Amino acid sequence: MGNALYLPTCLCDPPQFHNLQELRHSASLANKVFIQRDYSEGTTCRFQTKFPSELESRIEKTLFEDTVKTLNNYYAEAEKIGGQSYLEGCLACTTAYLIFLCMETRYEKVLKKIAKYIQEQNEKIYAPRGLLITDPIERGMRVIEISIYEDRSSSGSSSGSSSVSSSTAR
Amino acid sequence: MKNCEYQQIDPRALSVSPSSAENHIGKRSQRPRRKWEVFPGKNRFFCDGRLILARQNGVLPMTLVLIVVTCGLFFAFDCPFLVEHLTVFIPVIGGVLFVFVIISLLRTSFTDPGILPRATPDEAADIEKQIDTSGSSSYRPPPRTKEVLINQQVVKLKYCFTCKTFRPPRTSHCSLCDNCVERFDHHCPWVGNCVGKRNYRFFYSFIVSLSFLTSFIFGCVITHITLRFHTYLIASNLTTNEDIKGSWSSKRAGEEYGNPYSYNSIITNCCATLCGPMPPSLIDRRGWLPLEEMIPTASTSEMELPTFVAKNDAHMCTQSTKGMLGRVVRSLDFHELCPPGTPKTTPMGPEGSSSVALSAQPSASVSCAPPPTLQSVVTPCPHFSRINKRDSLHSTNPAFRLASPSPSLSRAGFVLEDAPEVSFVPLP
Repeated sequence: MGNALYLPTCLCDPPQFHNLQELRHSASLANKVFIQRDYSEGTTCRFQTKFPSELESRIEKTLFEDTVKTLNNYYAEAEKIGGQSYLEGCLACTTAYLIFLCMETRYEKVLKKIAKYIQEQNEKIYAPRGLLITDPIERGMRVIEISIYEDRSSSGSSSGSSSVSSSTAR
Repeated sequence: MKNCEYQQIDPRALSVSPSSAENHIGKRSQRPRRKWEVFPGKNRFFCDGRLILARQNGVLPMTLVLIVVTCGLFFAFDCPFLVEHLTVFIPVIGGVLFVFVIISLLRTSFTDPGILPRATPDEAADIEKQIDTSGSSSYRPPPRTKEVLINQQVVKLKYCFTCKTFRPPRTSHCSLCDNCVERFDHHCPWVGNCVGKRNYRFFYSFIVSLSFLTSFIFGCVITHITLRFHTYLIASNLTTNEDIKGSWSSKRAGEEYGNPYSYNSIITNCCATLCGPMPPSLIDRRGWLPLEEMIPTASTSEMELPTFVAKNDAHMCTQSTKGMLGRVVRSLDFHELCPPGTPKTTPMGPEGSSSVALSAQPSASVSCAPPPTLQSVVTPCPHFSRINKRDSLHSTNPAFRLASPSPSLSRAGFVLEDAPEVSFVPLP
């Protein structure tokens, strides 16, 4: 098999994927966009809501901003300093942090919620548009990585695609 | 091509970034590997990646040994005594503190301090692309800092060449561990790990609990020493000797019970021992020795002592001797009756008591000699060692007496017979 060619991002119609499975099987990676951290409020985990130019043709700005803002809210909830976090911290301290062998921390619970939310977003919004959000925890909480895929098996989309398909047919 | 050197990139494989490079190596190692096995930093992993430690952790075993040995000695030697004399909670508290210290130490050492994973190649490329596009077109190395506004304050973010990313604020790269660590405090050799965002609280609880444990053990040891020894002895009015022998121990069977010297009050015992009257020294270190050092104690037995002398014990001896000496002194005032160096042979008479004494004394330096009775009585009394003038008075050298002619002896014997009369009643 030859190398999987991929075209640079073009202004042609975005490929249509109906679900994540279809994306995996029939798409090839075109590009990656990295949403960086926003440190304007300190070291708390926040991501920039600036809409990257690479996604302009792929997804609506409002959808993207909603996703990022929701993620920011989740992280703020996880890192919130308040009554519950104090209670958890003091309890952990008195038990020499052995309590964490039996129960998971609040942060871990929120991370599970985030993972579920991202998967839901991918399935409902991003995958049909040929995009894939990678959970920031897998990138060390540095970036939100959004992968842009091109449909390599669709026939009528563009000449570039057909050349891709012809090259892969070898 | 038979062997496919490159696999088609699977979207899902992109999320497994550190091992993506491993996929290119080939299909030789089919065993699925964990990320820690290919971790790029200088760390050691235990329990299949559950525990992480810095590679240079030589001091951690020493820290553990120090704590364990010190506490072991404390439990072995101090606790039995303190449990008996104070309370059973001493080892309980010590044990709880010890457990807390060890757990905190292990948590600090084996917890990921907040290591930032290194950037994936795509991220690094993207950052470089951003830097290039923002700056001039000519090639230049990526700028080392990026300025951001944090709470209306400008903070510079540094670019880490090892991790290929701009470090978040308060993140620093540890050269010993070769990792960027979030909220980096320091690399502690005693715990064998960096101290950062994730294990700072364990580190703090370790040092605080260790301080408490150290103070507790120190206090117990001081209490042990103090209780064991002299404060206890003072409070119970005992000597170390008595304590060791258990002379007044109530555990001993028999009639011996309790310390008869105790005032039965700790304060009184303390006051009596520490603030009681200071007795004088009895050994008279600066006193003068007598000239004739050899004062024979056997002379009393050789001489024929009158019953007067035999009856007196040393106590009365001194008093009577003093009295006699006083009279001799007074009699010496009449020394014109006793010419120096006068012949010894003089008739015994009532007035001749002093002259008789003189006759017994060959020494020319002395005008009047005391009666032999005085000498015989004076001999056992050391009181007269101070009297210089009267040194010759009690020169009762047997050799001397033997050397004297017999008349003196006879006279002495004669005088001895009269001694009681001389001592008490002046001869008419």
